[in-house]
Amino acid sequence: MATAARQSRTVAALKESGTAALVAFALAFPLIGFQTVEMSGGLTVRTRFDWVAIGVAIVFIGRLALALWPQEWKWRQRREPRHVAGGARADAARNVARFAAFAGVSFAIVLPFLPFADRYIVDLATTVLIYVMLGWGLNIVVGLAGLLDLGYVAFYAVGAYSFALLARNFDLNFWECLPLAGVFAATFGVLLGFPVLRLRGDYLAIVTLGFGEMIRIILINWGSFTGGPNGLTSIPRPSFFGLPFAREAEAGGPIPFHEFFGLDYSPLHRLIFLYFIILALALITNAFTLRIRRLPVGRAWEALREDEIASRALGINPTNTKLTAFAIGAMFGGFAGSFFATRQGFISPESFTFLESALILAIVVLGGMGSQVGVVIAATLLVVLPEFGRQFAEFRMVLFGAAMIAIMVWRPHGLLARREPTIRLDGRRRRAQAGPA
Amino acid sequence: MEYFLQQTINGVTLGAIYGLVAIGYTMVYGIIGMINFAHGEIYMIGAFISIITFCLLALFGITSVPLALLIVLVSAVVFTSVYGWTVERLAYRPLRGSFRLAPLISAIGMSIFLQNYVQIVQGARVKPLQPVVTGGIALVQSGHFTVTLSYIQILIVVLTVALMAAFSLLIARTPLGRAQRACEQDLTMAALLGIDVDRTISQTFVMGAALAAVAGVMVSLYYGVVDFYIGFQAGLKAFAAAVLGGIGSLPGAMLGGLLIGLVEAYWSAYFTLEYKDIATFSILILVLIFRPTGLLGRPEVEKV
Repeated sequence: MATAARQSRTVAALKESGTAALVAFALAFPLIGFQTVEMSGGLTVRTRFDWVAIGVAIVFIGRLALALWPQEWKWRQRREPRHVAGGARADAARNVARFAAFAGVSFAIVLPFLPFADRYIVDLATTVLIYVMLGWGLNIVVGLAGLLDLGYVAFYAVGAYSFALLARNFDLNFWECLPLAGVFAATFGVLLGFPVLRLRGDYLAIVTLGFGEMIRIILINWGSFTGGPNGLTSIPRPSFFGLPFAREAEAGGPIPFHEFFGLDYSPLHRLIFLYFIILALALITNAFTLRIRRLPVGRAWEALREDEIASRALGINPTNTKLTAFAIGAMFGGFAGSFFATRQGFISPESFTFLESALILAIVVLGGMGSQVGVVIAATLLVVLPEFGRQFAEFRMVLFGAAMIAIMVWRPHGLLARREPTIRLDGRRRRAQAGPA
Repeated sequence: MEYFLQQTINGVTLGAIYGLVAIGYTMVYGIIGMINFAHGEIYMIGAFISIITFCLLALFGITSVPLALLIVLVSAVVFTSVYGWTVERLAYRPLRGSFRLAPLISAIGMSIFLQNYVQIVQGARVKPLQPVVTGGIALVQSGHFTVTLSYIQILIVVLTVALMAAFSLLIARTPLGRAQRACEQDLTMAALLGIDVDRTISQTFVMGAALAAVAGVMVSLYYGVVDFYIGFQAGLKAFAAAVLGGIGSLPGAMLGGLLIGLVEAYWSAYFTLEYKDIATFSILILVLIFRPTGLLGRPEVEKV
């Protein structure tokens, strides 16, 4: 009996794999089988049927393996009861989360002083933190307020360019520009948000996407102001309370950082300083998010995300509430942007493409929307993994796209999906659970 | 005046192409309420398959233009449809019933994947195609300026009108169209009444992909150059066209496509070429502010 069932399962699996292989052949045959090559007399084609055969074989075997995977192992994830997080378990999970957050922050603080922390590691960690910060900023918009923003990179660009332009034209330093960049980005957020936030979610997505493209087109074409496709160079570096990170003091300028503290000169000092700036900025973003979630406006965001009609009936003004989320998210994007500009010392429209927006969004969604720790994990994964894949640089983006699909199919709610209600009304009053989820 | 006429002809041609792509967006949106983010890439794949087929035909020595066009159209439509079907199967079907953003993210992933896949397998260089349909009719001649209507423009517009007519009939008369309209109104109810919803959605994706493939063939003939990046821009504009016309409405998609094409042609002719995309997006934003349902769309009432 059991063998018969297994046999029929094998037959079914073979049939399915055959179909998959057939489809794979139809997909691969025209595009992989023939490659257009430019010759002197125009285009001609080269055949590569071996590639097609390999591709089809991979699909067949992969589909077969998936179909014959022991049934008991499949979808175990789904059967887990989601909503019965009993009191003790939820408390334990919260303690773990709190401990993880504490450990993570401590590790981030000591990281630059660890023995293995060389130039490369500190630099990479800085990049990770930029994306963590961007992720946390976008998390306010997407995760808390539930507004899908596909043009977040526009605010990042506004922050970067406003810092660069202010610093070059008005000779302001990084600390003076930082709040201004945030204000500019937030203003752009309001300007864009005001007309479009009344729209439904999907329209909002496409309008923000269009907005991101518009900003990029303007940056490329308004050459006299933004430097055009060549971008802006010689953006000033931040100084340590007025002490520059230079080997030699400029004539008449303040003495460099290393002389003031009696250290040997090392280029690592500046990198470590930059690292701590972005760490501080990111932690401020996080603290801000955690606090604002407990304020009325934060509650209103989450209420709107869950049910707009009910919130409206309760007297929440949806447009204004969404606008605050949009503006605050944009502001943090602007902060991150000006940090990016000062760190690179050079910016160009190349850095602000749609792909960047997609990457930030992927970080938020992958982390589990609304989860702060999830964003850190996802940002680390998405920034560090491609570093390992340098040798397949060509295939990086293909793998990235495939991974996005696979993760969505595997865990549609993200890696850390534990969206708990902020308040529970189950007899005994619980403390508000807006801890670092 | 002559200049204006010429720009109108160019705009209508461009608009026909956008309209065909926009129909794919509008149909998918109408039936599952989601933006098919990978649709622009499907159109790009259609253009690539058309170029490859043209090259193969040249190798086999088929020189009759109508025969070559027919073969290219059929092969592009067939192979691109398989891509459309696969996109639905991999990026949408497993996520049906999941929360709203999940399929959108997987579709963005699909779009990134397809774009880079084509870049790897076909190379990043721009692919030029030798002109297949040449010549045209001189309509008006005044001084040194001649208004020409090229044969390829006629072909594009005629083919688009024919396809539109065929599609309207398909939606209005056939059982498949009836099933689609039923699914558009209520997926659950349609399923209860015995409509295979999964299959209908698949067919919708395939139909959208087929139209995008035709648009891809025409754009490769019209401009003569194709690269792996054309899908993103065209996809955005076609989506703008679909929204402008009222998403979910087939005539609306065509009308929106025409308007976007005309705006783009006039803007590039009378203002600056660089900012033509900004003009398109501004129109999209303006329409959404003042008439969120689009020109021909039905107002959507959200109920509890």
